[in-house]
Amino acid sequence: MTEFNLYQTTARQRHRALIDKLVAVGVTSGGFGVIAAIILIFVFLFSVAFPVFLPASLNSVAEYSETNLSEGRTLFTGLSENGELAYRINQTGMLQFFYSETGVQVKRIDNVMDAALNAVIPIDIEGNRLGLLDIDNKLIIIEIGFFVDFSGGGRVLVPQLSYPFGDESIPIDSLGDASLLNVGIDEEGVTVVYLDQSEQLHIDYYLAEEGDELSAPETESQLEITQSVDFLMLNESARRVLILNTDGVLKLLDITDKSEPEVMLTQTLAREGVHILTAELLLGGESLITAASDHELIQWTLLRGETSDYEMVNIRQFQSAGDLGLIKSEARRKGLVTLNTQQQVSLFHTTGGSELLTSEPLSDEAILNVALSSRADTLLIEKGEGKFQFFEIDNEHPEVSWHALWEKVWYESYPSPNYIWQSSSADDDFEPKFSLVPLVFGTLKAAFYAMIIAMPLAIMGAIYTAYFMAPKMRTWVKPGIEIMEALPTVILGFLAGLWLAPVIESNLLAFFSLLIVVPLGFMLFAVAWQFMPARLRYLVPAGWEAALLMPVLVILVVFAFQAGPVIESFLFDGNIQRWMRLTLGIDYDQRNSLVVGIAMGLAVIPTIFSITEDAVYSVPRHLTEGSLALGATPWQTLTGVVILTASPGIFSAVMIGLGRAVGETMIVLMATGNTAIMDFSVFEGMRTLSANIAVELPESELDSSHYRILFLAALVLFGATFLFNTAAEVIRQRLRDKYSNL
Amino acid sequence: MQSANKWLKSGEPWIWLNAGAVAISMTVVLALLAFILVRGLGHFWAADIYEISYVNDDKAVRLFGEVIKKENINRVKRGLPLAADGDEFLERWSLKTGNRELWADFRWIDEPSIQSTSLPDDLVVLERTEWGAFYGYLRSVSEDGTLVAEGDASWGEFVSRVERVSELRNEIRGLQRGDMGSVNYQLEQLRLKGRALELKGMDTPAALARLADKKVKLQSEFDTLMVRLTKLNNKVERDTAKFEVMDGRVVDIAFADIIEGLKPNSMSVWQKSVHYVHAFWGFMMDDPREANTEGGVFPAIFGTVLMVLLMSILVTPFGVISAVYLKEYATQGLITRIVRIAVNNLAGVPSIVYGVFGLGFFVYFLGGSLDQLFYPEAAPAPHFGTPGLMWASFTLALLTLPVVIVSTEEGLSRIPRNLREGSLALGATNAETLWKVVLPMASPSIMTGLILAVARAAGEVAPLMLVGVVKLAPELPLDGNFPFLHMERKFMHLGFHIYDVGFQSPNVEAAQPLVYATAFLLVLIIVVLNLSAIVMRNNLREKYRSIAG
Repeated sequence: MTEFNLYQTTARQRHRALIDKLVAVGVTSGGFGVIAAIILIFVFLFSVAFPVFLPASLNSVAEYSETNLSEGRTLFTGLSENGELAYRINQTGMLQFFYSETGVQVKRIDNVMDAALNAVIPIDIEGNRLGLLDIDNKLIIIEIGFFVDFSGGGRVLVPQLSYPFGDESIPIDSLGDASLLNVGIDEEGVTVVYLDQSEQLHIDYYLAEEGDELSAPETESQLEITQSVDFLMLNESARRVLILNTDGVLKLLDITDKSEPEVMLTQTLAREGVHILTAELLLGGESLITAASDHELIQWTLLRGETSDYEMVNIRQFQSAGDLGLIKSEARRKGLVTLNTQQQVSLFHTTGGSELLTSEPLSDEAILNVALSSRADTLLIEKGEGKFQFFEIDNEHPEVSWHALWEKVWYESYPSPNYIWQSSSADDDFEPKFSLVPLVFGTLKAAFYAMIIAMPLAIMGAIYTAYFMAPKMRTWVKPGIEIMEALPTVILGFLAGLWLAPVIESNLLAFFSLLIVVPLGFMLFAVAWQFMPARLRYLVPAGWEAALLMPVLVILVVFAFQAGPVIESFLFDGNIQRWMRLTLGIDYDQRNSLVVGIAMGLAVIPTIFSITEDAVYSVPRHLTEGSLALGATPWQTLTGVVILTASPGIFSAVMIGLGRAVGETMIVLMATGNTAIMDFSVFEGMRTLSANIAVELPESELDSSHYRILFLAALVLFGATFLFNTAAEVIRQRLRDKYSNL
Repeated sequence: MQSANKWLKSGEPWIWLNAGAVAISMTVVLALLAFILVRGLGHFWAADIYEISYVNDDKAVRLFGEVIKKENINRVKRGLPLAADGDEFLERWSLKTGNRELWADFRWIDEPSIQSTSLPDDLVVLERTEWGAFYGYLRSVSEDGTLVAEGDASWGEFVSRVERVSELRNEIRGLQRGDMGSVNYQLEQLRLKGRALELKGMDTPAALARLADKKVKLQSEFDTLMVRLTKLNNKVERDTAKFEVMDGRVVDIAFADIIEGLKPNSMSVWQKSVHYVHAFWGFMMDDPREANTEGGVFPAIFGTVLMVLLMSILVTPFGVISAVYLKEYATQGLITRIVRIAVNNLAGVPSIVYGVFGLGFFVYFLGGSLDQLFYPEAAPAPHFGTPGLMWASFTLALLTLPVVIVSTEEGLSRIPRNLREGSLALGATNAETLWKVVLPMASPSIMTGLILAVARAAGEVAPLMLVGVVKLAPELPLDGNFPFLHMERKFMHLGFHIYDVGFQSPNVEAAQPLVYATAFLLVLIIVVLNLSAIVMRNNLREKYRSIAG
């Protein structure tokens, strides 16, 4: 710091001193800015990814008891999509909408049906369409909708009742228990499935599109059911009927052809002495959830066994707290909300494989009705006549858990647990598969093959360049390698995918023969060179061997590519890929790990090369000179002194190269098929974390589980490279200190 | 024998093997560059067009086309029967037959089935606005449906009319881009202004009437322009030409579809060279056509350059300040160690992670907040809360920061200590020494760092895919409408163009030459930048060696 004489301080000098201070502060903050930047990146990625691991919570928002809500026994309650409005349908056939937070009535519609009601049957999983059954066993289908109205200035949610299939009811003949009736709607018609008083299963199919009136059934079929029936379920596409009793005997019927129901399987799901308490289909209808008296909540999925018979397989089980009275499936995720006899609510998610939450007992009396909004973020319970409690559920990412990300998960309709990444599909009821394992595997596999190719070339080349090469040639080689480093990876990837991959495919043998031909050719040339006349040898001074070998390499490659097809037709009948498939059982993918390894190897070589070269070059001269003076050959000096001294530097070079290979995106994106498979084969492709992010992030919805998991993937990449780079840098700094001591 | 043994023991073979590793690396670099050079530049040469008579399923057919490549394939591998003489190999030609609206534009033909080949002088190749290249014989030219020229006379007419259409097309483009684009932009601005007034509750009848007034004026202006455009379009559509294609059919081609017509077989080498320069210039200066598989790459060059410029403006001060801190201000110790580790980590973080960070932090977080504060009228369409030029430059500035730091630091450490001490001894403050002595001396190394950063940014694609690059941007981010530089717009980029055209386009085969040409352009830019950085750095080292000495 410059000292100023206080007595002579003029305005100008004060000004100068001030500027000096300001610059010092500015520059220092700039320096810390770099640290801040790296911390910001980490913190930000973490803050986006972290919420996937937050536990679920259930918070009571309001509790109220309104007299007009106690009018008539409630048969059914429901919530609008966002949970703002609630509705209930009572025994007298009244539909009443009210604010779920206050209980204040918004609208009331009396006589939705002419007669008093017997039962309300939810038809779709979102709870918009309901079947109403009156006491004369007449059925009508209603739809409850909500639309947003801005006309009054503010935003108002307006409830609406409509009759998508007309307001004429259809009679259900000789209906037995009203709870054993189910309605399904598909594009072409309405299916009504019920059990009559004489244990006959009826399947009535009404041909009607939306807006049509339901008249007489198109087909009516009956099936004798020889078991007691306690639960009757119909999947949402109205193609399968599940019949189950408390002993656990399940009958699965295929009713794709409505006039010809077929029994697909009969199977007992419960052990001896265990009763099924309740059962429900999971979203999509692929899985059945059963709750049993031994407090096991089991997810069953339909699989085709080895003998090609259908079978329900237990793919996952949870322990439930107490006897369950009710299971409700979430409308948009593979989640469950259960209510037990102690009036405790629990949340489960099947893919996540965990119980997310079990509440305290919510009520002293038995809870009468439970409504779950289709976003599954609000819950309304009726605790007694007219007494309601409204909850918010904070459960944004139930499908993501440590187990789902890193362990084998048994997905619906899959024959066994597996690691799978499949983030999206056209279906709404698709089960997202977020296993990071295949992506991490792909990343490591790509990096592995790249390092296999890059390490020997880069390290050997760097040692030669630093230690043996003539200085003049070195001034050419170093910029050459730097140019290689600067080559955009998009160009390497494009050449690898569009040019190299087909070339390798048709010259596979030639390519592999290079592994032997090139080193052997170099050695033979070296031997031959020794026996060349001295005059010729002196033309090329020491340290120019590499330049000499370049034309040799070209000749060797041309030779291999000429000989390859001939050998191939001789040994492998002209088609090595077919030979491998038939004889070794190895499949060949055109854009495979070999192509990626070569392209990414090229991208990594310069990184490893320049750091290794630096490390070898900066080995103190007196060490090598001492070794040479003691009579060691240059090679012995190299292996005994130089490499040993430079080894930490070489290690850090490899680390940094590995970091680059792990994070490289464009090459893997372009040079592989990007399928997330777990296969070590060099002839198969892979999908890496980085390529996966590049492909999927632009299309993922902000703050969805998918978005956050991609951030988690970025965080994993960041963490891995941070580790490699920090290790490399620390070792390099140590090395620098050591050299300064030598 | 003994000498051989001794030779082996001396380790000489291992040295040769190590030399081989260098040889391989260098050969691959040179081969790569040469390959891109040849494939990239070859595209613009007017290739000869063959007329081939060929036997296909015992039928003689006539083919017109350009021979793309010839290859030897193994008959067994493809499941083909052996040749009559037992030959296992078969020579195939890949022929570009063009005329995509009539048949597949590429086909493989077997060399043994070729009866004869010729290079007729009169065979014409057309570059068209759609359906790719066209090959055929010119038969006649018509104007408004009436015949103007036929037979040999038609070529002269044809050439002049192609030129006329080309001029008209330029006029149309100028009209659409210039005046109409500007009016459209102003209309959109008016709409936003109206919405802004509404949001602020200032939508008084007077204010709204003023806006409506302006809108009417603009609308009428637009309508006049529209009439002019229709007229021009009618003029373009006046002429047609008849061509005979390879299967003998005669087809009508509207001049409106023709960009250029050539008779390459009758062109001299000199003519071809002139055409080559024209074609290359057109490639650099034209807009892409047909889903980027034809035409030029001007918007991609423009987008790359603009993004890199903005990035340079951002990265230089930060990089230099950080380097100055490390070398001039910080006491060497734990803190500088940590800063160095941070710098090295920044350099080592995969570029895609920068993209993820840029998307989450810059675009959604910063951009989203900016939108809420300053652009509520644009909602629900985001203004800055969507990937765009500004966020791309921010992201790449962060990505290239370590490059500038490392290079500047190296430059600073080469400045002899006594120069600083001299300055301080003469009474200069630290800041003055920095500004007047140290930074000017370090400026070449700062430049070097900047050039390297630019080269890195120009070639980086992965993060840009997340923060602002698109396959086809409707407008350039720089135009004549206030505020001229539209930082929120999406842009095109050479590197992404390569990825997109090479891997996402519907007709990869047809697009390949263009991808190579684009790759050549990108490699050229990057190699030139890097070489200049290397040369600068070497000169610098020499200079300081002499100062220090």
